[in-house]
Amino acid sequence: MRKMNTRSMRVFLAVAVILLLPAALPAQNMESHIGKLTGHANTGKQLYFRYCWGCHGFRGDGGGENWLPTGNYPTEPYMNIQPRNFDAAVFKCRSTPTGTLPLDQDLYNSVGRGFVMTNMPSWITLTNQQRADLVAFIKSFSPRFKNEKAGDPINVPAEPKLTVESIKHGQELFQKLECWKCHGPEGRGDGPSASTLTDSNDQPIRPYNFAVGSRFKCGVTNHDLYKIFMTGLDGTPMPSFADVIKPEEAWDLVHFLRTLQVTHKSPELALWESTKEGAEQIASRRVYGTPTGSGIKQ
Amino acid sequence: MRAKVISVTAALAVIFAAALLHARAGGGTISGKVTYEGTPAKPKPIDMSKEPGCAKQHTTPVTTETVVTGPNNTLENVVVYISAGAPDDSPPSEPATFDQKGCQYIPHVLAFQVNQQLKVVNDDQTSHNIHPLAKVNREWNKSQPPGTPPIIDKYDKPEFIPVKCNVHPWMHGTFAVLKNSHHAISGEDGGFSLPNLPAGKYTVTAWHESYGEQTQEVTISGSETKTINFVFKAKPY
Repeated sequence: MRKMNTRSMRVFLAVAVILLLPAALPAQNMESHIGKLTGHANTGKQLYFRYCWGCHGFRGDGGGENWLPTGNYPTEPYMNIQPRNFDAAVFKCRSTPTGTLPLDQDLYNSVGRGFVMTNMPSWITLTNQQRADLVAFIKSFSPRFKNEKAGDPINVPAEPKLTVESIKHGQELFQKLECWKCHGPEGRGDGPSASTLTDSNDQPIRPYNFAVGSRFKCGVTNHDLYKIFMTGLDGTPMPSFADVIKPEEAWDLVHFLRTLQVTHKSPELALWESTKEGAEQIASRRVYGTPTGSGIKQ
Repeated sequence: MRAKVISVTAALAVIFAAALLHARAGGGTISGKVTYEGTPAKPKPIDMSKEPGCAKQHTTPVTTETVVTGPNNTLENVVVYISAGAPDDSPPSEPATFDQKGCQYIPHVLAFQVNQQLKVVNDDQTSHNIHPLAKVNREWNKSQPPGTPPIIDKYDKPEFIPVKCNVHPWMHGTFAVLKNSHHAISGEDGGFSLPNLPAGKYTVTAWHESYGEQTQEVTISGSETKTINFVFKAKPY
C-alpha cells in the first residue's frame, strides 16, 4: 500500500477528529435553565466528580463506592436507600405528571433541599450557579433529556381558606381513596400493605409516616405536599392521583394530612384540635404503637 | 382505441388489486404447541385475607400465576411472536384491555402493539394502582379507585413490561409491547397460531416470564401451515 504523505495524513486526522469529537463528548453541551440561571454541563461535570460521584457513581447510575463498596469480598450496601440512578431518568420530586421528565427547577430544588431521612444531604452550601451546572450535568446521563421535553407542570390552584369543612372533606378523601392501605389510618406508615411495599428496583420501601415528621421527601410546604400526590413519586409505590382528585378537593386532602402530623404545629392541626371531633380523634391516637386497620369502616 | 386502452388498464387494475388482496388475506401459518420438560415449581397459594372484597370472589383457592401449566405438560401464558422477518405494523384501532378483577390481572399477559391504545379497567370494589415497571418506555404509576374511568395510555417502544399493583403485592402481570401484529399467547392446550404470513424467512420467538426466551427460524413459501414446537426447561423453584 502506498504510504500517505504528511499533508494528506494531517487532513485525514483533522477530518477524523472533527467527525468523531461529538461522539467523544456525549452531551457536554447540555444546559439547564432555572429562572434567570443557565447551567452548563461541562462545568457541572467538575462539580459532580468532586461532590456527587461517591454515592451516585461515575456512571451516574447510583452505584457509587459509598453505596456499595467494591472489593474481593461480598458485602452489604452501606446505605438503606440506593442513590438515584440518573440513567433511568425516573425522579420522585417533580412538578410534572407521572411518567414525564422533571423540570430543571425540580432537579435544582432537589439538589438544594436534599432528601430528608436519606443519605442525600442538602447542597445549599453550593452556590446557585454551581447547583444549576450540576443539574445540567445530571441531565446528560440519560438520553431521554435529549430526546424528550419535560412534562407540562401541573396546575396548582391557589390554596383556599382553611376551614373545618375542608379538613373533614380531606378525611373523607383519605378514607375513600384508600390512602390508609399503605399509610395506615393514622398515617403512621403502618397500613395493611405497608410491609410488602417495594420500589421499582425491588428494594423494600416504607410509606411516609406523617406522625413523626414535618418535612416530606419533596419539600415542606402545603404546595409541595399537593404536588406529591398529584404527580406521584415515580420509581416508588406512591401513585399519582391527578386523574381521580379534582384540584379543589386536593387542597382539602392537604389540610387533612397536616392534622396527621401530630408533632408539627401547623394551623391545620391547631384548627382541628380546637374542634370537638378533632380533639377526640387526636386524643384517641396512641403515642406509640401501630394500630393496623383499626377503626376504619370497610 | 382510447376506450380499449382504458378498459385494458381497468382490467389490469382489478386483477392487480385482487392479487394484492389475495396475498394479504391468504399466506402461510406458523402454529404449534408450547410444552415444558422437568418438574415445574408448584404454584403457591395467595392470601387475600387483607382484601376481603376480593377474597370472597374466589370460590377455589387462588394461586400464583408465574408458571401456569395444562394437561400433557403444556405451558400457558407464553408469548409467541415474529421477532424478525416481518415489517412493523401500524397499530390496530381497537384498544388492548387489561382488567383488574378479583384482585387479579386478566389476562395475566397482555400482548399488544407499539402505539396501540392500552385500556386499563378496574372491575373491583377496591382501589388499585397501575404500576407498569417499564425500563425502555416511560415508567408511570397511577391510582385507579373503583368506579373511575379506564386509564388510557400507550407505549412507543417494544418491551416486555412487568406490571404490578403496590397495594396488592400478589398482583403481577406483563405487557408484551410488540412491533407487529403477528403474536399469540399459548392457552391451556399450549397451542398458538400465527396466520396471514406472506412468503419469507421468519424468526419466531417464544417468551415465558420465568423460563426465558427461545427462537426458531421458519420459512414460509406459500399458503402452507408450518408446525413448530417450543419446549421449555422447567425450573424447580
